Amino acid sequence: MDDIKLMRIRIFFCKNEAMRYTGHLDLHKTWERIFRRSGLSLAYSQGFHPQPRLNLACALPLGFTSQAEILDAWLEGSIPLTEIRNALTISIPPGITIDKIEEIDLRIPALQTQVCASEYVITFLTPIEGLDKKINDILAAKDIPRQWRDRSYDLKPLIEDLQPLPDSDEGLTRLMTRLAAREGATGRPEELIDALGFVPSQARVHRTRLFFNQ
Amino acid sequence: MNTQLMPPEEIQRRLESILPKVQKPGRYTGGEINQVVKDWQTDLTKVVFVFPDLYDIGMSNLGLAILYELLNQRSDTLAERAYMPWIDMEEAMREARVPLYSLETKHPLAAFDIIGFSIPYETLFTNLLNALDLAGIPLFSKERTVEHPLVIAGGHAAFNPEPMHSFIDAFVIGEGEEVIQEIVNVHKDWRSQGTSRLDLLRALSRLTGVYVPRLYDAHYENDGIFSHLEKLDEAASLPVLKRIVPALPPPPTHFIVPYIETIHNRIPIEVMRGCTRGCRFCHAGMITRPVRERSVDEIVEAIDQALKNTGFEEIGLLSLSSSDYTHILDLVKVVSERYAGKHLGISLPSLRIETFSVELMDALKESRHGGFTLAPEAATERMREIINKPVSTAQLLETARAIYSRGWTTIKLYFMIGHPSETLEDVQAIADLCKAVLAEGRKIMGRRARLNAGVSTFVPKPHTPFQWVSCDSVEQIHAKQDILRHALRDRDIKLTWTHPEDTLLEAWLSRGDRRMSDVIYQAWKRGAKFDAWQEHFSYSAWMEAFAHVGLNPEFYTHRPRRIDEIFPWDHISTGVRKKYLAQDYLNSLQGETRIDCREQCYACGILPTFAEMRSLHPGDSWKCPEVTPKSSRRAQRLQPHDLPIIGNE
Repeated sequence: MDDIKLMRIRIFFCKNEAMRYTGHLDLHKTWERIFRRSGLSLAYSQGFHPQPRLNLACALPLGFTSQAEILDAWLEGSIPLTEIRNALTISIPPGITIDKIEEIDLRIPALQTQVCASEYVITFLTPIEGLDKKINDILAAKDIPRQWRDRSYDLKPLIEDLQPLPDSDEGLTRLMTRLAAREGATGRPEELIDALGFVPSQARVHRTRLFFNQ
Repeated sequence: MNTQLMPPEEIQRRLESILPKVQKPGRYTGGEINQVVKDWQTDLTKVVFVFPDLYDIGMSNLGLAILYELLNQRSDTLAERAYMPWIDMEEAMREARVPLYSLETKHPLAAFDIIGFSIPYETLFTNLLNALDLAGIPLFSKERTVEHPLVIAGGHAAFNPEPMHSFIDAFVIGEGEEVIQEIVNVHKDWRSQGTSRLDLLRALSRLTGVYVPRLYDAHYENDGIFSHLEKLDEAASLPVLKRIVPALPPPPTHFIVPYIETIHNRIPIEVMRGCTRGCRFCHAGMITRPVRERSVDEIVEAIDQALKNTGFEEIGLLSLSSSDYTHILDLVKVVSERYAGKHLGISLPSLRIETFSVELMDALKESRHGGFTLAPEAATERMREIINKPVSTAQLLETARAIYSRGWTTIKLYFMIGHPSETLEDVQAIADLCKAVLAEGRKIMGRRARLNAGVSTFVPKPHTPFQWVSCDSVEQIHAKQDILRHALRDRDIKLTWTHPEDTLLEAWLSRGDRRMSDVIYQAWKRGAKFDAWQEHFSYSAWMEAFAHVGLNPEFYTHRPRRIDEIFPWDHISTGVRKKYLAQDYLNSLQGETRIDCREQCYACGILPTFAEMRSLHPGDSWKCPEVTPKSSRRAQRLQPHDLPIIGNE
């Protein structure tokens, strides 16, 4: 097995409406099946329970859409990128669109360890009041104590940026935020929405960008 | 707004604020690869198939996958899917007044021409009522008008349709591949003519394998025992013969690939239909006769196609008894070579208890993880002869040794308690046998050896040789389960069992007559739903429903029966004669077995019933003996019940 030549590709993709409610593990499975349909030879780990060598950058919470997802995949052989792109394009389900595919060095550190922040656009589905003031209050606060599951934490240091956006085409109120996404320090958009005093289920969250360590 | 006909855009809009609040919203969105979305044109016949349980369960149902693919191949028809929402989603839908909708286009169920329910087991009945209610469609067949969809149902539980007769316009008895096409044709003709709903039902009733309960009336004796069914309409046939296909059509290969985890998340390929073993408790083994097989080439071609279409990493080679598939060795050899190194899991359920099964599984090496399942069903040779599943304990232990010594650490054994004439000693023997099997494992791999024992409780199912048997009482079941729980206290043994109340419900529903419709309705009104889910099953709702209707549940389950009793399902013909079943029941009381009908035909009735079909499909795709055109004509002249019982008399 060791002498099979491997290549590592990085896929930038969008997770659309149809896959909003597919969680991280299920997304992983979906990608495995995309590769299996495509006929490309995905590499598998060694051992008793071989796993496909796929690596997603940063889990996107259930219900969110994204234009900034990243997947690393290890393939057997050396295949031209256009061929890979064609094979994947006819195999992806309605919930995914591929932006670009790059070949990257096999030795680059794992994606998850490189991500440091996520940028989101939050759109409120129902009319809301006083967004600007609430944003200013949050930005001025010294700390924002919160509970997530059984753990207390401070949301404030996780907010790296927060500002209102012009209304959407449908006339809905929007904001943009950049939240930390480091191991053990991940800001959750629904926590921010709740901290602002709005109802998370009445907002649409869309990831627009991932930031990497320099 | 008329909510049962809410436009799809409005349903979609309301879902947006509902879905973030419910568990596993991926169940309710559709949009998967291989789903078929067609333009919603007025001239199409629009069918929605409903599996009345969660998406997670229903997505693995092969029957609906077959029908979905078949109907969507027609240019004049569209087929979509719907499943039951879980409790939280149902509440949210009712609160937002969202009717039950199809996953493909979010059309409400009431906008379809035909709603086809799958009812493989009886504990879905209340969910079926709930689905109609959530769709805003009248529950009772007689209350629906030409404005409402036609409501049909099929699946194994439809072989006793009577408990659901009030709610279903037409039942499909038997295999659906051909008759679903005919039903669509009849519906299309009827729409173009614009006549009454009763005309539609009459036309459906003329199709072989379709039962329209409204065209009959049931009568009972003074003691409450069923007397007879009366035809109310000349279009009604009596008896109603089940439908079969003469040869299995090519398997479906465009399975929908779910975006979330489901129970059997894999490609199901049916290698054969039917079973020649004749276990006397087995409903499926009696109602799916005759045995028809697919060729190895056809199966492998289907696997190739399905892998390309779906990307699934596991296939299930399905049948009631995989070891009995004539070309099983060939199939396993071809499959294991062809897909070596492809990281493909291959499961081969329902293997017989013999070392050959272990060799088969060993050939499929890549899928060795997980346990190895065997179903002895009973632990003493006496019991196994009564149920007609003769296998010696020595053979079972030898098989267990082979399994453990080839590296499997867990053996799963399936047993049933409550078989006729079972004693507490027979139950104790289950525990002893489990320990003996585990002891073999410990000799081979020490403390790594594990044993799982799944012990269900026997239900005397209609159309089986045991249909005359009465059920154990709750007390008897408890006593037997206590023996097992006490005797199988071992950290390496995992024992699971069925709650006695669940078993009773299954028995009432599967053995019920027309009067049971009221009980089901009353139980549903009292909140009964998801009866197959232990955490949701409400025994008290059912007891209250029986009391309200004035029926005694024990009448259905604990009454001794005369061998000449007329059953409420006798008008449904599986092709297997009642006389044959009775003889086989009497044989069981003598401990007489009928081994494998491929080796000797016991004249169950299938062959004379389907003689012409068999003569047109000679050769070994059927496991029944061949018939010549001449003997076929002779067999047809005879009515099934005129035929003498032959075989090992």
